[in-house]
Amino acid sequence: MKELSLNILDVAKNSVKACATQIHINLEETENRLVLTITDNGCGMSREQVANVTDPFFTTRTTRNVGMGIPLLKLAAEQTGGSFEITSSDSPDDHGTQLSAWFYTDHIDFTPLGDIISTLTALIGGSPDIDWFFTHSAPGGTVELSTPELREVLGDVPLDNYEVLKWIEEYLREGYNSIHNQ
Amino acid sequence: MKSLAELAAIREKMKDKVVLREGSGDIRVVVGMATCGIAAGARPVLNAFVEKVNEAGLTDKVTVSQTGCIGVCQFEPVVEVFEAGKEKVTYVKMTAEKAAEVVEKHLKGGEVISEYTITNAIS
Repeated sequence: MKELSLNILDVAKNSVKACATQIHINLEETENRLVLTITDNGCGMSREQVANVTDPFFTTRTTRNVGMGIPLLKLAAEQTGGSFEITSSDSPDDHGTQLSAWFYTDHIDFTPLGDIISTLTALIGGSPDIDWFFTHSAPGGTVELSTPELREVLGDVPLDNYEVLKWIEEYLREGYNSIHNQ
Repeated sequence: MKSLAELAAIREKMKDKVVLREGSGDIRVVVGMATCGIAAGARPVLNAFVEKVNEAGLTDKVTVSQTGCIGVCQFEPVVEVFEAGKEKVTYVKMTAEKAAEVVEKHLKGGEVISEYTITNAIS
């Protein structure tokens, strides 16, 4: 993947497929570190699935027997000297998955974050009924988006409405501009 | 600054339209967005379709959606166009530019761009 935001798009879709109703994507950036955390309340995975999830030849897809999403994200983190962790529970009372990836952003093999705004609009537009929570905290400030807040104002208008997606895109762009101008 | 008041204005404007959109979607555009598609560049293709379909005023007729792996990863980004009563059209190795062309010629003009289809790619 050319951008970390593409890994995020890819892996967040696993949460969508796990029928999550709430998905949190957090980026925590300090001077030379970036921590990505994705948390969902989806159906979760069995212990066997969690153990195998970083193995490229273990997949839930049916078109072929190779699944590269998680292995690619793990590789992206580890090649910077960082690490990757995934925990999951498929218990009926408390199910969901949390993954974290730690990156050293000053390492030569760090993949830049890239167009995270496009990733978010693709995710929200593709699954407008999910509650999305996004936070990116950086030394210059924080960019935040929570779709339940938007939905409260929007009423019946779906989040995949084109003008709403454009609003989200511009809202995030303004947020990032204010961080970068610090 | 973007404000929630702008969203309220969108809601106000959409009041009549929301009903209109029901029962729409004669044409379905489906973009493959599994790992293979995303790595090959499906994200800008998806965004181009969403944008151009809106710009062409086709939102009542065309829905753009995402799916997983279609099974022909070597041809990603892959886009399928479904239209009632017609054969499915599979476009391969798509780009944002080609997407804009498909919206204009195929979705708006009704003319399949054979050059970009899988049939052309494998023959």
